[in-house]
Amino acid sequence: MKIGKNHDSEAGIQISKGANLILNILFILIAAACVYPLFLVFAVSFTDETSLAFNGYALIPKEFSLSAYTYILKTMNTIVNAYGVSIFVTIVGSIIGLFVMAMYAYPLARDDFKYRGIFNVIIVVTMLFSGGLVPTYMVYVNVLHLKNSLAALILMYLFSAFYVMIIRTFYKTNVSKSLIEAAQIDGAHEFKIFFQIVMPLAKPALATIMMFSMLVYWNDWYGPLLYIEKTNLYNLQYLMYTVQAKIANLAILSRGNVSLQDIPSETARMALAIVAIGPIILAYPFFQRYFEKGITLGATKE
Amino acid sequence: MNSQTKTNQVVTANKANMKANKKEGFKHEFNKNAALFLMLLPGLIVMLINNYLPMFGLVFAFRKMDNYRNLFGTAWVGLKNFEYLFGSNTAWVITRNTIGYNLVFIIIGIVFPVVMAIGLNELRNKRAGKLYQSLFFIPYFLSWVVISYLTMGLLSSEFGVINRLLESVGKERIAWYTSPEYWPYIIVLVNTWKWTGYDTIVYLASVVGINKELFEAAAVDGASRMQQIWYITIPSLIPLAIVLVLIRLGRMFYTDMGLFYSVPRNMGPLINATNTIDTYVYRAFVQTGDVGLASAAGFYQAVLGLVVILTFNAIVRKYDKDSAII
Repeated sequence: MKIGKNHDSEAGIQISKGANLILNILFILIAAACVYPLFLVFAVSFTDETSLAFNGYALIPKEFSLSAYTYILKTMNTIVNAYGVSIFVTIVGSIIGLFVMAMYAYPLARDDFKYRGIFNVIIVVTMLFSGGLVPTYMVYVNVLHLKNSLAALILMYLFSAFYVMIIRTFYKTNVSKSLIEAAQIDGAHEFKIFFQIVMPLAKPALATIMMFSMLVYWNDWYGPLLYIEKTNLYNLQYLMYTVQAKIANLAILSRGNVSLQDIPSETARMALAIVAIGPIILAYPFFQRYFEKGITLGATKE
Repeated sequence: MNSQTKTNQVVTANKANMKANKKEGFKHEFNKNAALFLMLLPGLIVMLINNYLPMFGLVFAFRKMDNYRNLFGTAWVGLKNFEYLFGSNTAWVITRNTIGYNLVFIIIGIVFPVVMAIGLNELRNKRAGKLYQSLFFIPYFLSWVVISYLTMGLLSSEFGVINRLLESVGKERIAWYTSPEYWPYIIVLVNTWKWTGYDTIVYLASVVGINKELFEAAAVDGASRMQQIWYITIPSLIPLAIVLVLIRLGRMFYTDMGLFYSVPRNMGPLINATNTIDTYVYRAFVQTGDVGLASAAGFYQAVLGLVVILTFNAIVRKYDKDSAII
């Protein structure tokens, strides 16, 4: 491309200004549809309860109120506890999972490791076939006795064959063989090589995988649905789920074993949702980059 | 005779020798690379618990299972659990729903993201494009429980935005959570809302990677921008789209519990519209305690799942060897 003609040559491969405007308007509308429900929930959590009953949900509260959040403060213990469980499971699960997967991927990436084929087949089989809910539940509950144990929530998502494959590919393409060989000649132990050379070099991939796994743990409600009965072990998502379920029961029974006092008001529930979404939205600008990289990294291997 | 015995002996000796060699090979390898084996160990233990031990449980489908505490049940019942499962209309409904929803998700999952990715790439103001992309991506980060709160904000019969809107234009409220006829659309809409931003990023990376010179050459030949998109951009996305579709087809017997259980809030009246194999197994197992039936449905899912994934994986291999899982 010749200097000076830059502007002209761009013209042929760009859409017209009019088309650009229409496209922008369309994208603004779609973007609005993506975030509208979030703003709605946010607004409702600051709306006065009686005004809500009268006016319904609205993006701008007719009568501003903090009562939903004072209710949340009152039931603080349950929520703080659930927050604690969520944070604990997320951090412990994603860190242990990262090491387990990073270590498993390493021998698979080593060409001089004779049995890497067999251990590769072992992870591929887990992608093809699974015992399903009933046998898995029985292993967790009858064999390992993990009912009402946070270990169940951690164990569920500790290992993903798909992530191991991404890490293995990253080792192969980004960790030079000669570096490992040089360290071996110097007499460094395999573990030392792995922790001090391989893992630091694979940091970009490992950080991305860890963030995906953090998101899985933070958003998990299905694990507690299966394995947790004690209220003090509820995580944030499951706490929200049980509130929602109680209301559904109420709608079906209209009278029954659920009393109205147990259920937080409409606005309080939305405040609860805001409390759960909060950390994700705050971390979003920081996380987004990694996630986009991760998605393109393993696009076709999901 | 004598010589034959000898040959036999030699053969046996050879075999024994080979076995010893193999054993020594493994032993030797193990001693040499003990550290590497040690690194594999934690992963192997987790897979044993999460994947391999449960596979033995597939025999539950052929056992009389009164209670989940009773590991392996009480007696063989042959195909009784399956007769029970397929004897009702339910097996058909859950299979239809599972496959039907997945096919719709797959089609929408190509069309919308491809159009969006091309559109984002066409924007003259790249910064605005980045901003839109960030906003489209937000739903992916929200849990299904949070999404069920958001949908309830829209659909709740008393306070919901949509019913208020209907009232304001003089129409009757709709009891969304007890009207199954709307749910196929709601499920598809919610799924599209959650995943389009994510899928767009996949295709966008590919659109951005197209060699610019192709467009410049086409422009010199007088092709309009629309023609360039039609003849250059879209064809270059086809290989990626084919692979993604095949991989998703391989998972067409599996559905997300969050979308089909949490978003419809497990409401009884919606069951025909929202019941899939996964929710059926869960309900049979946990809510009605019918372990045998749940095991049979789980077996049905595992076997069909294996068949389709092997089939589509074989086709993926033809298009793109690197994307095949085996």
